[in-house]
Amino acid sequence: MNAHPPNGVWDSLRQSRTRRLERAASLGFGKEIPVDRIIDLLEAVIQPGDRVCLEGNNQKQADFLAESLADCSPERINHLSLVQSVLALPSHVDLFERGLANRLDFSFSGPQGARLAKLVQEQRIEIGAIHTYLELFGRYFMDLTPNVALIAAQAADAEGNLYLGPNTEDTPVIVEATAFKGGIVIAQVNERLEKLPRVDVPADWVDFTVLAPKPNYIEPLFTRDPAQITEVQVLMAMMAIKGIYAEYGVTRLNHGIGFDTAAIELLLPTYAADLGLKGKICTHWALNPHPTLIPAIEAGFVESVHCFGSEVGMDAYISARSDVFFTGADGSMRSNRAFSQTAGLYACDMFIGSTLQMDLAGNSSTATLGRITGFGGAPNMGSDPHGRRHASPAWLKAGREAYGANAIRGRKLVVQMVETFREHMAPVFVEELDAWQLQKMMGAELPPIMIYGDDVSHIVTEEGIANLLLCRTPEEREQAIRGVAGFTPVGLARDKAMVENLRDRGIIRRAEDLGIDPRMATRDLLAARSVKDLVRWSGGLYAPPSRFRNW
Amino acid sequence: METLEFRFDSKPGVRPDHPALCGVVGSGNLEILVKPGDQPGCCQVHIKTSARGFGTTWRAVIGDFAASHPAGGTAIAINDMGATPAVVSLRLAQALAEYQGGAR
Repeated sequence: MNAHPPNGVWDSLRQSRTRRLERAASLGFGKEIPVDRIIDLLEAVIQPGDRVCLEGNNQKQADFLAESLADCSPERINHLSLVQSVLALPSHVDLFERGLANRLDFSFSGPQGARLAKLVQEQRIEIGAIHTYLELFGRYFMDLTPNVALIAAQAADAEGNLYLGPNTEDTPVIVEATAFKGGIVIAQVNERLEKLPRVDVPADWVDFTVLAPKPNYIEPLFTRDPAQITEVQVLMAMMAIKGIYAEYGVTRLNHGIGFDTAAIELLLPTYAADLGLKGKICTHWALNPHPTLIPAIEAGFVESVHCFGSEVGMDAYISARSDVFFTGADGSMRSNRAFSQTAGLYACDMFIGSTLQMDLAGNSSTATLGRITGFGGAPNMGSDPHGRRHASPAWLKAGREAYGANAIRGRKLVVQMVETFREHMAPVFVEELDAWQLQKMMGAELPPIMIYGDDVSHIVTEEGIANLLLCRTPEEREQAIRGVAGFTPVGLARDKAMVENLRDRGIIRRAEDLGIDPRMATRDLLAARSVKDLVRWSGGLYAPPSRFRNW
Repeated sequence: METLEFRFDSKPGVRPDHPALCGVVGSGNLEILVKPGDQPGCCQVHIKTSARGFGTTWRAVIGDFAASHPAGGTAIAINDMGATPAVVSLRLAQALAEYQGGAR
């Protein structure tokens, strides 16, 4: 008789799991691990060649477990393949430098981008791919299921049930994939409680818990100080609100994390309200709880916000605004990156964000020479999902502009908002993205492009708005991009007659074409001009981290 | 520091008696002083900038400003601390409006 599996075994994963748990039991471990024996536990349950997910995103981090894993013996644990959202902590990179891990599939590396690029050059790390979050989560249920997940929770009870708090983030998706495919789940917790406020992960999905010596790190990545918003950003925000939000009636959307979009958030209660747009735009959001959204919420612009994670200092405000945010019966928020990214992909009519470079086809990337940073959620939300079926006015209008009056589908608005030069006069618009050189350096199949040009619908710069949906040829597209590229070399090389023709056809629109006087673009239009103003708008509920306090 | 001088033809504008000052000399920003020049159809610009090697960009920014605004008959002095062209264009427009507004 032929057995289908090569070795005649159908439950090798369960057997492996049992052996790992037996090794832990033989060392005297129960479910609660003493903090000083965490390395013994990790060395007992992790095997060479395992796929390991170290939980962390641009917000909460399983930092204690990451440091502990990096301190394990490379003799015992090696050839690990990391499958995780971010490579953000120094300890994550240590795993490769110390020879415990050699392969990485991830989404975002941010601050470790330069160290990562160096490891790639030295061929000490093999990068599988840079994914968007939802794509990596998808692969957890296909070919990249973790053998071991090291996660971060707010609290555990004696049975091992977990409370994740407002920063629920990636934990549910990681645990589900691992626990139901013979994997091991280990959670670091900030506290042990007799009774949890709510159960986010049931105890029988969790194998071990350890009380971390200090609470898991959370980065306040989504806090933008209004004091740093410039007049040019105010001008671009006015153009975006009048020329895109109002024209398409964008109600469901996601914003990037930069100052450009923070300026838009702060113009909603002032400029947008004056234009009569309250209730007509920006009612439903897939967005982290940006402190700069507080004035718009308080002004009654916002009906609903679903969050990928939380933001430092926003928890009390969120609890007190449970009509707007998704909160549990216990009063605290439950975020969920996988679900919010799904909303960002399928249920949003618009994504608007910034980039570091854009080429003449509209391809954009935040990867620049010497840094492999990844993109997080932007490539997901900044893409037009061809699977979408439900209609909305914004989606239909964009679809008709792109495909003609008889279009049988709509189109997502994907807006890139950039000042034409970054700091130190680095032009954003370039003939060739650095991504192509990075591709060679990484030996990758594809250049690390964040948002594909054919997904971009509009570009907003200080010089105006280019509507790429209305362009009918690659030449028109190129000139539309040059036509808003300002005084960059790419912008100066425009065909002036063609750009004027595009302007006559409404493909390029300047501030004056939109009825906006650039001299009116002052910081006085911002609903809040400092972090202290945000606290005031929140009625004292927003508690900014100390680095954002200067009073 | 680098010093640059430009002269561009520009449509004559109103000529008030008082100069106008706009902006501040701070990182990424600039200060612009607009006062009467000696030729009605010409915009004279004197720039002191902390960023060296951007003469071509300045020429393009000032040329565009002179072509799109009635800046003839002005002498403009700029103290720049690395402002981007976007900021320069916005400040020039603000400074000229303030200057010419003073004539009314």
